[in-house]
Amino acid sequence: MSRRKTERLLGLVVCLLSTRRYLTAEQVRRAVPGYPEADDLFKRMFERDKEDLRELGVPLETGVNHPFDDDPGYRIRRQAYELPELRLEADEAAVLGLAARVWSRAELAGAAAGALLKLRAAGIDAAGADSGDDRPAARGIEPRLGTPEPAFAPLWEAVKDRRPVAFSYRAAGRSEPQRRELEPWGVVNRHGRWYVAGWDRARGATRVFRLGRIAGQVKFCGPPGSVTVPDGADVRELVRDWDSAPAQDRTAALKVRSGKGLGLRRNAVSVRPDDADGWDVVTTRFADVGWFADYAAWFGADVVVLDPPDLREAVIARLKGVLA
Amino acid sequence: MRALVTSTERLQRLLALVPYVVSRRSVGLAETAAAFGVSERELVDDLNLLWCVELRAPDPYCPIDLSYEGGEIVVSQAESIARPLRLAVDEASALLVALRMLTEVPGLEDRSALTRTCAKLEAAAGEAASVSAQVAVQVDRPDGPAGLAGQIRAALDAGRRIHLRYYVPDRDEATERDVDPMRLLVVEGRTYLEGWCRRAEGVRLFRLDRVLGLRVLDAPASPPPAATPVDVDQGLFRPSPDDVQVVLELSAAGRWVAEYYPCESVTELADGRLRVVLRTPDTGWVRRLALRLGEDGRVVAPPSLVTAVRDAAAAALTNYVALRIRNVRRAGRRVNSAASPERAGRILPAGEDAHGIW
Repeated sequence: MSRRKTERLLGLVVCLLSTRRYLTAEQVRRAVPGYPEADDLFKRMFERDKEDLRELGVPLETGVNHPFDDDPGYRIRRQAYELPELRLEADEAAVLGLAARVWSRAELAGAAAGALLKLRAAGIDAAGADSGDDRPAARGIEPRLGTPEPAFAPLWEAVKDRRPVAFSYRAAGRSEPQRRELEPWGVVNRHGRWYVAGWDRARGATRVFRLGRIAGQVKFCGPPGSVTVPDGADVRELVRDWDSAPAQDRTAALKVRSGKGLGLRRNAVSVRPDDADGWDVVTTRFADVGWFADYAAWFGADVVVLDPPDLREAVIARLKGVLA
Repeated sequence: MRALVTSTERLQRLLALVPYVVSRRSVGLAETAAAFGVSERELVDDLNLLWCVELRAPDPYCPIDLSYEGGEIVVSQAESIARPLRLAVDEASALLVALRMLTEVPGLEDRSALTRTCAKLEAAAGEAASVSAQVAVQVDRPDGPAGLAGQIRAALDAGRRIHLRYYVPDRDEATERDVDPMRLLVVEGRTYLEGWCRRAEGVRLFRLDRVLGLRVLDAPASPPPAATPVDVDQGLFRPSPDDVQVVLELSAAGRWVAEYYPCESVTELADGRLRVVLRTPDTGWVRRLALRLGEDGRVVAPPSLVTAVRDAAAAALTNYVALRIRNVRRAGRRVNSAASPERAGRILPAGEDAHGIW
């Protein structure tokens, strides 16, 4: 079955590419072998074939040759079908090979491989795409992009097809997930994690969601093409603003054991020996009490917060929490 | 359904196969089979199928003519499918997003080739390229010593050993080691040096933002033959059978731990709480993590770690008791001892990067 279908689809592509005029379904049936005699069977099969071709990205056009024609016809314009002429220098082909490997086994790996195959078919040899040969631009570097979040595939499709989505989302620190409806504008990977940015319908505002916190399935809740990405919307910037560190406008004084707390010392404003032997006083800037208390607690008995008091109490609360 | 998928996939291959041969005039069977990831038998079957295509109207004719005599494929007539099909949206996006990500990778000097390739690909993809603007990837710039990645690239190219001063936050230690560099990896948004660590006598990954200092040595890099690169596609951190199994219970505010650290299992408990199981060769960092989590995380097993965490918290609290005694004494000496307003520490949900400063 599958071989016959492949033959038929191939015949259909060649046939519709070779014609300038629109061919009616009946004309196609006469030209391409493999279609059944019965009209209803033919109709169904032809419909499915057209759908399969469109899914492959074959630009199938529908139209009439004459305004008075009753039946629509079909053709594939060669200019719309063919990959335009493309030439790459050796260094360009090398970075292309490196780029194709970035997705590795992630969601768009198949798409990257498909693209590379077409470029190869156009005569380009993306060196090192899958062989370990010499690639001057890329030697010794392996960049990788993963998509472990199950929500990536449906959200990418939604972004591509401009469709709104609904999902349940567990915001940080919340015990119950909430249902959100989003017009997705784009997906962004930051610090190795995927985010989706867009218009939150219920909140009536732009929002950013982390894909790893989406609980359960992402469902489409509108037809393709029903999302408009506003001009000048920069998803990258939206995610950066959402995730960016606040200004470090506070100062902390910490007692740090000699030779310890290197992370703190590295970012310190000043380090001076303490009155007590074996300790230093490290002055450093911080932004948020909660965040910085987490960090100070990490060092255990090697760091003591002297000031400010709210930071000190926050660290003490964590330590007491451990013993509670 | 399976047959359906296969036939369209095969069609895709056939539509690429013809231009592949045409653009090369003639090409060997073996080479072509390798390029398409099929066996020679499958390839010959593909070629036969192409050769058999027949159109019946207006007059019967065979649009494709080819031969593969002597193992060399030649397409003498390819009609309308001599050029490959345009890139689909997925295909164009996959390459463009990856290329743009590469422009951010530290140490990859060939920006000019990247820019040119992007421009050419955008032009060739046409409309299919537009969606790729809605996907962005940001790679962290290590804020360690300037030009670190470039220095490592140079050492890699010259095949030289390097000396590293490297911070290990899990142990709060600066370490000195000689490393035979193998690769630079960019995984999960971070840049790593992979190399044979002569101190640990093993392949190790070094996060560039934790490198305190680097010196390229005169000695040649000579990783032993046993030094096999990490298969990054399997995840950077894989537990070994000798690792300790750690069980943690997290409150809703501590759930981020399951996102941040690779867990062996994650179980939902009541009220948004989680039970996670981790495997690690060194429990030192879990002890630190537990101090950081306070009441939002509790080590349940192993018992030795439960004790170690409690001991560490008690030791740290002792410091504060001593401090309070000192402060009270000082306050007693002061005339005006107005207490400063104390606020409860807010736990910031976004503050998830345990090593954020790093």
